[in-house]
Amino acid sequence: MKTAPKGSPDVNQFIFTTKAKEFLAWGRKHALWPLPFGTACCAIEYMAVVGPKYDVSRLGAEVVRFSPRQSDLMIVAGTIVEKMSPILKRIYDQMLEPKWVISMGACATSGGFYRAYHVSQGIDKIIPVDVYIPGCPPTPEAVIQGITQIQEIISKKAKS
Amino acid sequence: MASTSEERLNFINSKLTNTTTPTRSVADGYELATDAKDSFSIIKALKESCGFTWMMDRCGVDHLEDETESKRFEVVTHLYAPDTNERIRIKTFTDEKESVPTLIPLWRGANWFERETWDMYGIEFSGHPDLERILTHHEFQGYPLRKDYNPENYQELSEPLPIHFDDDPSLEDEDPLEANQWINIGPSHPATHGTLRIMAEVNGEIIKRTNLEIGYMHRCFEKMGETHKWNQIIPYTDRLNYCSSAMNNVGYCRAIEQMIGVEVPEAGQALRMILSEFSRIMDHFVCVGTNAVDIGALTTFWYSFAPREKIYELLEEYCGARLTVSLTRVGGMAYDLPEGWLKRAEEAVTYIEKQMKLVDGLLTKNPIWISRTKGVCALDQESSIQYGYTGPLLRATGLNFDLRKVEPYYFYDQVEFDIPIALNGDVYDRYLVRMEEIHQSCRIIRQLLKNFPTGPMSIDDKRITLPKKEDVYNSIEGLMNHFMLVIHDVQVPKGEYYSFTEAANGELGFYCVSNGSGWPTRIRCRGPSFAHYQAFPEMIEGKMIADAVAGLGSINIIAGELDR
Repeated sequence: MKTAPKGSPDVNQFIFTTKAKEFLAWGRKHALWPLPFGTACCAIEYMAVVGPKYDVSRLGAEVVRFSPRQSDLMIVAGTIVEKMSPILKRIYDQMLEPKWVISMGACATSGGFYRAYHVSQGIDKIIPVDVYIPGCPPTPEAVIQGITQIQEIISKKAKS
Repeated sequence: MASTSEERLNFINSKLTNTTTPTRSVADGYELATDAKDSFSIIKALKESCGFTWMMDRCGVDHLEDETESKRFEVVTHLYAPDTNERIRIKTFTDEKESVPTLIPLWRGANWFERETWDMYGIEFSGHPDLERILTHHEFQGYPLRKDYNPENYQELSEPLPIHFDDDPSLEDEDPLEANQWINIGPSHPATHGTLRIMAEVNGEIIKRTNLEIGYMHRCFEKMGETHKWNQIIPYTDRLNYCSSAMNNVGYCRAIEQMIGVEVPEAGQALRMILSEFSRIMDHFVCVGTNAVDIGALTTFWYSFAPREKIYELLEEYCGARLTVSLTRVGGMAYDLPEGWLKRAEEAVTYIEKQMKLVDGLLTKNPIWISRTKGVCALDQESSIQYGYTGPLLRATGLNFDLRKVEPYYFYDQVEFDIPIALNGDVYDRYLVRMEEIHQSCRIIRQLLKNFPTGPMSIDDKRITLPKKEDVYNSIEGLMNHFMLVIHDVQVPKGEYYSFTEAANGELGFYCVSNGSGWPTRIRCRGPSFAHYQAFPEMIEGKMIADAVAGLGSINIIAGELDR
């Protein structure tokens, strides 16, 4: 067995080993690029999340992209009505893998208190959802918790 | 002009022939009824000889459950006379077979109002150029606001409406290299705020013609209004213009209070004013901030969002919610003020003024901002009135019209404030008007905080407002009052009323019809954005796409209020 030449540093002090997919997940979860599919009141609250007080860039998720090709986290913020459903589906399909979806607020999750002829009763009929955030609208703290849950999902999936 | 209301009434009646019932004075102005076939000539006479030159609203009502009405439907038109400050309601009775003449020759803005009435009730308008679905999707079957339409009859849409325009033979014989192209902007597009769709025919960067599609946020406010009780509708009103929820609460509750004939105590009125003005500030800051973001100035957005957070804190302290506040009740306010709230409100005003100076410093004299906004997307005063413009957009065209001055409610006649106006009606002028309104709102709030009245926030009437919690828990009478009011809700007298307040975007009208019970027959919301957005093609046709983006930000279309 060869030994390290005298005077050279111990390799174990500055190298750690991991799996490639865990390493990728680590990068991904701290650089989520959200696509805010904002339609209603929740979109205003999402602006507050991005805004100076709550500052979502602390989680690395501040690069808001309106192009589905450039984003990997869809935040559906607001009521989705029947007229919008096919468009939501199309935008989701245009996003590249891997991708995650947050359903922000009661309306996106279940139609909220709009039990009405033109309101879709939950987006999970149309697209898969990873995290539901309750509230009407949810507080910015809740949205931040939702984003951290997406981060957990990403790292857990890489470990499994 | 006639001097007394009696003379004025006779004057109006002398100009009209063939009315079913002659003009009479009612609580909210004048009212008359007509047949469908005579309605056009009567409304024309009102516009041309009686000074009712503004059309504020046109909507339908279904009388299926009311056996006293011989015809099933009613088209209700509200007109306004700016010179004499009077309002009139024209009720046109019709049924499924009979069509009503369109008002488009008198007001171009009648187009969408009539399309919506057709979409919701199936009432035909003869002479209307395109009676197509406007709020519901194009595969929708039936007329949802009819009383026999089940609100839970959901109808799914398979495909979005393809991009289309009316045939125009003059555009067909062009050189293919020079031909116009069709592009689709929105609804999922950063500049259209998520819910507006513009189909545009462009030649290079120039927009030749446009076709707007709305309804991407139609969540059936008016149907929900008919399936809930009066007080239960307040949370729905929050979500009309969600940038300034408190103002919708105030506007709605004021309408119901006027129908019952009660007035909120002084402290409640002052608090409603303070919260309304804070909401106006929030709304204007969102508009200015997002307008600047849309054309590339991100910094302004951060500066204009910080004061909103201060106001959110005040709202959260008062009612527990930040955005959708639901803080009024019919007959007063939801809660008493927490201790020290007024002082913190004063601090918030100081902060807002400081922050406003920063936004002002970033934009007002900024050459890039000026060159992107000056002379862009202007709409002249005449067209603005044709489309039913109100609020800051109308004031930006040089007309001094603000309901807080014209028809003061609460203490607006006792506080000092000025109405800013600008002259050109372009994006820059709209910005200037909004910024000055923020300043004036701060002035109003300061005066109110200084002289805040003492006393209860709500009227003390067990038929209208809930008893105090200690009474509910400790006395049988309080418990019963609470129970009765929650089960049966406020009993609003039979009748109808059109009430209006000056909301952040303009006249927010609520037209309510009651059958005398706790359940409304009809709640109609006249949102200012609906009138504003209709004129958008006129603003942008012949302009660059980038200018259209600047223009769209400046008219502050709030989808919740546009599509309801």
